[in-house]
Amino acid sequence: MSVFWALCRQHMVLAWRGGHTTLAVAFLFIGVTLMPFGLGPELALLQALAPGLLWVVLVMTLLTSLDRVFQADYEDGSLDQMMLMPLPLEFVVLAKLLGHYIALVVPLLLAVPLAGLLLNLAPAHLPMLLLAMAAGSPALVLLGGIGASLAVSVRRGGLLTVLLSLPFYVPVMIFGAGATQQALAGEIDATRLAILCLFSLASLLAAPVAMAAALRNAVR
Amino acid sequence: MPKPQKKFLPVPYAKPADLQLAGVACTRGMRRLFEGVSFRLKAGDGLALYGPNGSGKTSLLRQIAGFLPLAAGTLSIADKAPYGVHFMGHADALKNALSVGETLAFEAALWGAPKAKDPLLDTDRWLTHLGLEGRAWQAVGDLSAGQRRRLALAKLCLAPRPIWLLDEPMTALDEAGRHLVNALAGAHLAAGGVLVASSHVPLDFTTDALTLGAAA
Amino acid sequence: MWKALENISAFYANPTRFMNLAARLHAPLWGLALCVLAYGLFRALTVPEDYQQGETVKIMFVHVPAAWMALFGYSFIFAASVTALIFRHPLGHVAARAAAPIGATFTLIALVTGSLWGQPMWGTWWVWDARLTSMLVLLFIYLGYIAIWQAIDEPTRAARTAALLAVVGFINVPIVKFSVDWWNTLHQPASVSRLARPALHADFLYPLLIMGVGFLLLFFALTLTRMQMEILRQKLRTRRMLGQ
Repeated sequence: MSVFWALCRQHMVLAWRGGHTTLAVAFLFIGVTLMPFGLGPELALLQALAPGLLWVVLVMTLLTSLDRVFQADYEDGSLDQMMLMPLPLEFVVLAKLLGHYIALVVPLLLAVPLAGLLLNLAPAHLPMLLLAMAAGSPALVLLGGIGASLAVSVRRGGLLTVLLSLPFYVPVMIFGAGATQQALAGEIDATRLAILCLFSLASLLAAPVAMAAALRNAVR
Repeated sequence: MPKPQKKFLPVPYAKPADLQLAGVACTRGMRRLFEGVSFRLKAGDGLALYGPNGSGKTSLLRQIAGFLPLAAGTLSIADKAPYGVHFMGHADALKNALSVGETLAFEAALWGAPKAKDPLLDTDRWLTHLGLEGRAWQAVGDLSAGQRRRLALAKLCLAPRPIWLLDEPMTALDEAGRHLVNALAGAHLAAGGVLVASSHVPLDFTTDALTLGAAA
Repeated sequence: MWKALENISAFYANPTRFMNLAARLHAPLWGLALCVLAYGLFRALTVPEDYQQGETVKIMFVHVPAAWMALFGYSFIFAASVTALIFRHPLGHVAARAAAPIGATFTLIALVTGSLWGQPMWGTWWVWDARLTSMLVLLFIYLGYIAIWQAIDEPTRAARTAALLAVVGFINVPIVKFSVDWWNTLHQPASVSRLARPALHADFLYPLLIMGVGFLLLFFALTLTRMQMEILRQKLRTRRMLGQ
């Protein structure tokens, strides 16, 4: 188990040192800042669109950060070493994604309320928004990890990762943004939250197997 | 050059290593790189792999590591326990953003080395062994190619594993570095390990040699 | 039975044998496909006019079979990929790769005809109707599959990676369908889903089924031709490599 945490910690340290955390949070804010320029500054309109916009920006931020999650390891030979670690590759992959989640996604989730305020969300809407994102983001990271692991041997695989991952993101987006939309109406949407949790749980079980298979294929 | 301390491999390996290949073949794309590779290595045996570029030395090492499937033949490792293999490839698997000391600590943890209190993890001692003394705080990205190679060697000893696969271990190393490889490999073999090393230069520590692609 | 199937598939795993079989099948398959399509088109064009939709209903005879083939195409890719992964049957990769652009084209045809069909009713070229939206996502799944073949330059690795993607993508398809349906019913309560007709009159049903069979035959004919081309290309590549 200590191997798991060591891997997780290493990934976190690297994400932090490489400035990935700062970049991702900045990306989120820039994305949100662009919205009023595109849509006009009417606060009512921004509020109505906020849940969808925030989810889209979150997804884009995640995808741009995920494309390098295994690629750096592929390029510097660490992927070979990951095959030989005293931990099955499925868990190695999981450890790295957990590190990624803590180092990048948690700061992003913490930044989301502030971004929401920029789009005229009231503080009362924020708990539900955060809850939906917290329930759905593990699925986003794990499913994006599948795209990243399939594209790992492609030199400039960023766009390919996005193209491969987006179809997997459709269901999470639908239920995540839907739950947030309900929050605007002052309702707590337990069904959608439960489905989001289900997506996260299912990807937790299935994604590591797919990622490990893709990575084993990449070192051949 | 600092004198390498005497004992830097922990203990003789719990089970004597035994690596056996019979009629192994390798195909890359649609090309047959080699076929009919057979040998057996028992505790203390070190095999040198020679051969021209593209003869399949790296591929054979990757097959033994389990990365590449065998196109034909069988491969058996006596101690069936998984994770009994160290592989040192061309890429050194080092992270530029970490310091030398952190790299050692991470590697020790990643490879399931004994706990930090263990003298094995005495970073200063390790750095002295590797000829990197006083560089614990230096970023890996600032090291020279030879120094990186030395640091990569550390992994071999941090976690005891009876089978070492070294892909051109002498690359980029100066004379002292080559001595270091010799000393590490010698200690490994003396402890009952086996190793397979590819090389373009004759290796001192190997007990046997195999030349690939000789006929081609 | 299983053993017999395995023997047959092992027999045709040899590309030369497959090529012999394909050469023999090629002309009859194309001939049959074109005949059925011609007959189906004739029947489709001579159906009585729909009292609500008039002539536009005839788009259905292209749209619906194309949508069927879009789904069938991806199932075919999935089945071929699983065969390739589990039984290490190299023809599986060839078949999956050959079918991908064909399935993607059928998806595109379904989207375009759906849009053309809907335009007079909706008054706009695109509506986020549940079926059209699912089709659009399916098109992206196809595009991802095709892109991975192109992006990875080492053929064996590309084949295995694409097969993996085909498997996970296949699991994704029903989840997308379910989610999009859910999303759509909430956002458009009284959906203009005339694309789904509860009961088709026999006048419409038979031409539709004939067109479906025609499209299926066309799919197989195209896939077979593309498989032959792919194997020839591989042979050429090998010969160049060895001949140099």
